[in-house]
Amino acid sequence: MIAAALDTKSRLAAILFSIVAAVLLGGLVVGLTGANPISVYLEIAKGAVLGRGLDETLARSVPLVGMALAAAIALRAGLVNLGGDGQMLIGGLAAALVALYVPVPGVARAVLALAAAICAGGLYAWLAAILQLSLGIPFLIASLLFSYIARGLTSYLVRYPLRDPATGMPETYRVASGARLPAHIFDLPVSMAMIVMAVVAIVIVVNDRSGVNGFEWRMTGLNARFAQYSGVNLSRQTQRVAFLSGALAGLVGALLILGQQYRFTDGALLAPGYTWSGLMAAVLAMASPIATIVASVFFAALQVGGFSMERALGLPAVLTWVLQALIILCLAARPILFRKR
Amino acid sequence: MLNMLLSQVLDLMTPVLLAAMAGALCERAGVFNIALEGKMLVGAFVAVATSVAFGSPVLAVLSAVLCTAVFASPLALGGARLGGDPIVIGIGLNLLAAGLTTYLLGAIFGVTGTLVDPAVTALPKFVIAGLADVPVVGAILGHNALVYLSWLLIFVFNIYLFRTPWGLRLRGIGEVPSAAAAMGANVSRYQTAIVILAGGLCGLAGAQLALGSVALFAENMTAGRGWIAVVAVMLGRAHPLGIALACLGFGLADAVGLRLQGQGLPNQITDIAPYAITLLAMIGLGLRGMKKRSV
Repeated sequence: MIAAALDTKSRLAAILFSIVAAVLLGGLVVGLTGANPISVYLEIAKGAVLGRGLDETLARSVPLVGMALAAAIALRAGLVNLGGDGQMLIGGLAAALVALYVPVPGVARAVLALAAAICAGGLYAWLAAILQLSLGIPFLIASLLFSYIARGLTSYLVRYPLRDPATGMPETYRVASGARLPAHIFDLPVSMAMIVMAVVAIVIVVNDRSGVNGFEWRMTGLNARFAQYSGVNLSRQTQRVAFLSGALAGLVGALLILGQQYRFTDGALLAPGYTWSGLMAAVLAMASPIATIVASVFFAALQVGGFSMERALGLPAVLTWVLQALIILCLAARPILFRKR
Repeated sequence: MLNMLLSQVLDLMTPVLLAAMAGALCERAGVFNIALEGKMLVGAFVAVATSVAFGSPVLAVLSAVLCTAVFASPLALGGARLGGDPIVIGIGLNLLAAGLTTYLLGAIFGVTGTLVDPAVTALPKFVIAGLADVPVVGAILGHNALVYLSWLLIFVFNIYLFRTPWGLRLRGIGEVPSAAAAMGANVSRYQTAIVILAGGLCGLAGAQLALGSVALFAENMTAGRGWIAVVAVMLGRAHPLGIALACLGFGLADAVGLRLQGQGLPNQITDIAPYAITLLAMIGLGLRGMKKRSV
């Protein structure tokens, strides 16, 4: 379906075409609202790499790569996971709870918190997979509805029972410094969260290229019936893929809480829209893991550039969101130009 | 009291009902339309923006219908004609709608969050003095034209789908496209027209959302209603009457939630109600289907 069987060359051509088309269409939108598209794009490009731009792009890439890979491993096996927001929230809350209330010393507590986030996010997605397998409720819909439920539930919990009354914000207490993930390792500009995400990314790429799992998932995504005839247990595989996708989303939530925000604040995890940007990056990359990573870093740079453009020109940074969506739409229209007749 | 609740239910269900009708038509034509949320949002934005510019509710509704139909054209062209993946296009359209409306809100009106303007007025309601307090009748009266139009459409689509040759052809296209094509129906032309028509319906849904009970546009004001409409199509099995029933249930959940909020229940909990209830309804339907299969 999405991991369409295009050879690498025409895939690359299709992606470049959609980026150029999106930039032109986005320029049209900017021009129609009375701004100069060229200076807008120049500011975005400068903001993404100059000054603190590169650092910010790198920092933003960590959660974005995570959510994009979460979407990609599901897409690879033919599942559309629209519930990343919910899985990230449940994972983030689980990590915050363990880091706050489980009485084990420092590093062990951080490790336990990460493990809790992985399990919680994974189980939350697995629940949606079970609904699809047993009752025929599409995973896409179930995972999204679960997302809305998680949003209300976590919002309620941090506003009332878990709230830190000392701050004016709806948020939990601060995680003790021992249970946090270091922002710098050996004074290098590399955070613990980056290292964790890099390891996860490598595992996913290797599994996709040479693991039996990776091969079976890809086969299912391309042709589920063929995969079943070849002996793949589709039900078990769907459950496993959903769990892993949700687990990765949960891990992203935990990395953000333990490595950056240090407490669970209502709305803070979802505000940057990592789930949806990640999904778009995965679609742009046609769910190939390496290409998904590249696409996520590209989108992270685009967003950082957008914020810098907003500071410089006063136009809403959400323009970069429009660009991302346009890229995906132009790519989906690809069959017009690249279909072999 | 009961009259007020019923009246509120009917108001709350209308945008979802209109969007779900759009989804059902696409479903019958064999196009899985998950862009309802985004199209509704565009409709709401255009309705309010037109109101600001011209101050006319009628013009606002018309331009919402027109612009949303245009906005739906990527799905119509890409999905129906060119073999693009409707799910990818749907996701793209939803995100484009969220980004574009927020961007234009800032770039044109210099506003973030909510746009209110004295020129934006709610659609006029048909209030008949003296009947407002009559039980049930009072609740059924006193809505705007779009509410009544949505009820009319339930019957129009019911007749169209099941009592006319065009409806039969449409269902054939959705169920067995190759057979329909062999019978001489132009599959992709039918699908394109239906997806554009559905876009217009979503425009109505958005206009009702923005100009029905309130008269404003807020970022992401659809808040998942388009997705509930997608679920309503599934619950109602793409049958106009079934969908109307599902939407009535949703409207009731929403209205009761708002009431409980007034009683002091935290709104984070009542916000969940429509989603939890739609999910429970799907689970219930799934369980019933399972029982049937095992008999």
